[in-house]
Amino acid sequence: MSTMLKIKNLHVTVAGNEILKGLDLELDAGEVHAIMGPNGAGKSTLGNVLAGREGYEVTQGEVIFNGKNLLELEPEERACEGVFLAFQYPVEIPGVNNTYFLRAALNAQRKHRGEEILDSVAFLRLVRQKLEVLHIGDELLHRAVNEGFSGGEKKRNEIFQMAVLEPTLAILDETDSGLDIDALKTVAEGVNRLRSKERGMIVVTHYQRLLDYIVPDKVHVLADGKLVATGGADLALKLEEQGYAWLADGGIASLDSDSAAQMANP
Amino acid sequence: MSGETSTIDKMVDQKYQHGFVTDIESDTIPPGLSEDVIRAISARKNEPQWLLDWRLEAYKHWLEMEQPDWAHLNIDAIDFQAISYFSAPKSDKDRPQSLDEVDPKLLETYDKLGVPLHERARLAGVAVDAVFDSVSVGTTFKAELKKAGVIFCSFSEAVEDHPELVQKYLGTVVPQRDNFFAALNSAVFTDGSFVFIPKGVRCPMELSTYFRINAAETGQFERTLIVAEEGSHVSYLEGCTAPMRDENQLHAAVVELVALEDSNIKYSTVQNWYPGDENGLGGIYNFVTKRGDCRGARSRISWTQVETGSAITWKYPSCILRGDDSVGEFYSVALTNNFQQADTGTKMIHIGRNTRSKIISKGISAGHGQNAYRGLVRVTPRAKDARNYTQCDSMLIGKNCGAHTFPYIEVRNPTAKVEHEATTSRIGEDQLFYCLQRGISEEDAVSMIVDGFCKQVFKELPMEFAVEAKALLEVSLEGAVG
Repeated sequence: MSTMLKIKNLHVTVAGNEILKGLDLELDAGEVHAIMGPNGAGKSTLGNVLAGREGYEVTQGEVIFNGKNLLELEPEERACEGVFLAFQYPVEIPGVNNTYFLRAALNAQRKHRGEEILDSVAFLRLVRQKLEVLHIGDELLHRAVNEGFSGGEKKRNEIFQMAVLEPTLAILDETDSGLDIDALKTVAEGVNRLRSKERGMIVVTHYQRLLDYIVPDKVHVLADGKLVATGGADLALKLEEQGYAWLADGGIASLDSDSAAQMANP
Repeated sequence: MSGETSTIDKMVDQKYQHGFVTDIESDTIPPGLSEDVIRAISARKNEPQWLLDWRLEAYKHWLEMEQPDWAHLNIDAIDFQAISYFSAPKSDKDRPQSLDEVDPKLLETYDKLGVPLHERARLAGVAVDAVFDSVSVGTTFKAELKKAGVIFCSFSEAVEDHPELVQKYLGTVVPQRDNFFAALNSAVFTDGSFVFIPKGVRCPMELSTYFRINAAETGQFERTLIVAEEGSHVSYLEGCTAPMRDENQLHAAVVELVALEDSNIKYSTVQNWYPGDENGLGGIYNFVTKRGDCRGARSRISWTQVETGSAITWKYPSCILRGDDSVGEFYSVALTNNFQQADTGTKMIHIGRNTRSKIISKGISAGHGQNAYRGLVRVTPRAKDARNYTQCDSMLIGKNCGAHTFPYIEVRNPTAKVEHEATTSRIGEDQLFYCLQRGISEEDAVSMIVDGFCKQVFKELPMEFAVEAKALLEVSLEGAVG
């Protein structure tokens, strides 16, 4: 396995406030990492800064993605290079057909990679395939992008887009927020089907319950702009039991990642 | 946001693509307006006495009127004496009998504009009555239309060949003294289109006219009259582009629609007059009076407009819902960029019982553009069970533009139902980022978002027009998001 994503000493400022304060993370192709942490720890900032959102200023550090300096690329170039962000709050675009939108996106990416543009027939064939794999119906195809979608539909649509765009690195930003348990299962199942040895995933979540369904290779705890602990899947359970409060006591912060992992996997 | 702004700027900075001037010797009356000028216009067109009298009466009214200033527009004073009121391509004196006889330079101009005149028109099934400056130069599909009994010709021809129809309907929807610009038009109009659909006839094709202002400092005063007799149907398309020019050009058209019992008129416009440059220099002043009269029961008039051009647009296509159960509709997209200003909307006057009207207005402002929706819904005491639905959405692109909404609602019958919805949004940074994150370029994202915003209106346009409208919006917006 090769290192796909290497984040070194990342400092990010939003509107003058430092949110990330020296974050280090390495992700190998094929791995799924979960990032957990209390509200305000900077979880969503990480996703946004990787995707290149305006207003997130990197003051220090670097991000190397498949050998490239990710921070030098425009947001659309990052997308074309295979970075996908599943939004916490997917955006509505009234009047723009979901299928049309997705085809425009896929073709922009294919063009970037020097691949042939898909016509609507070929595209629809691909879409049908993906829907089948994800076990979701085609009712979302005919509607405008996220317009009037329920919370669950919006998140399913994100996963569907991910399936069609086949990113190298997928960042799921609190994909579980606002979902009931059935919707959560559907979404998690979709994500699991998209796990592959070429693809890396970062699953950002506040709650452990998503990780009952998407079992990560590693769990990181993000607190006050840094990763303060790293462990296996069981670290999440520990957090669930004890809450994030014990981080503030310096409990886990003083542990190195190995011993944290040991704590979580006695 | 700086990246977005620069792309928007680039898009906004896009030059007017149809900016060129055809070098045709114009037979132009010297600038100025007086009774003599009106007599000269009338004489050159060999008009009957009644029409000259009608013009002179309008002129008398106009002299007593003042230019309205209630619109949300900044207008430099217009010197009406500096305008030339008649200009005809010289080679057109002997009117061409077919396109083969048309000045090749003119055809070249149409070619540059992509006007589907020859085979293109035939293939598209569109009849074109192209108005170049003030005189019609080519009308196609006459024969096919004739078979159906449809009259579609230039206004001048109609005056010659069907004077009784013109006299019967002219000025019955927009009277000479209706407003300052309508009075001016009534006095000096040079040409335009005339359509007559006889009883029970469904017009076999969409009727299309392309307008184009060409000779320098020539005001364009079009007059269009469409009459749909009982139970007839017609769809009329009006589209225009204008060449690059520095002087402000005045355009004051009048369009009158008459819909008799059970008839249906659909009037679609794509307006792309020269909007002025990026500093607000030049551009067309577009003061248009468009009104439809649903005279008969169950008649229907539908206006659809896509307004992207002109420095100033002042335009309120309206419906007088006189017949019981008649229906009026207004679908509009108005885009202002750079220093363009638009004050546009509609009037729905409910007079008949059970009349219905629908207004969908989409305003897009970019650059320093100012965009006002002004709409009147009036329900008169007789209009039992009248209904209106108004939806009025504004989109702002960038930080220096403005959107304004002036809805007027007057209801004098308690059974009326009038609904008004309005939204104003800024092209979301969120929407834009969402598109970018999926790999879509900023330009494509903006046009996609804007296109989506306008969808409700575009779907009312005939197919070819919808494609053109979408392209026009993209061109008009290039350089504009933030």
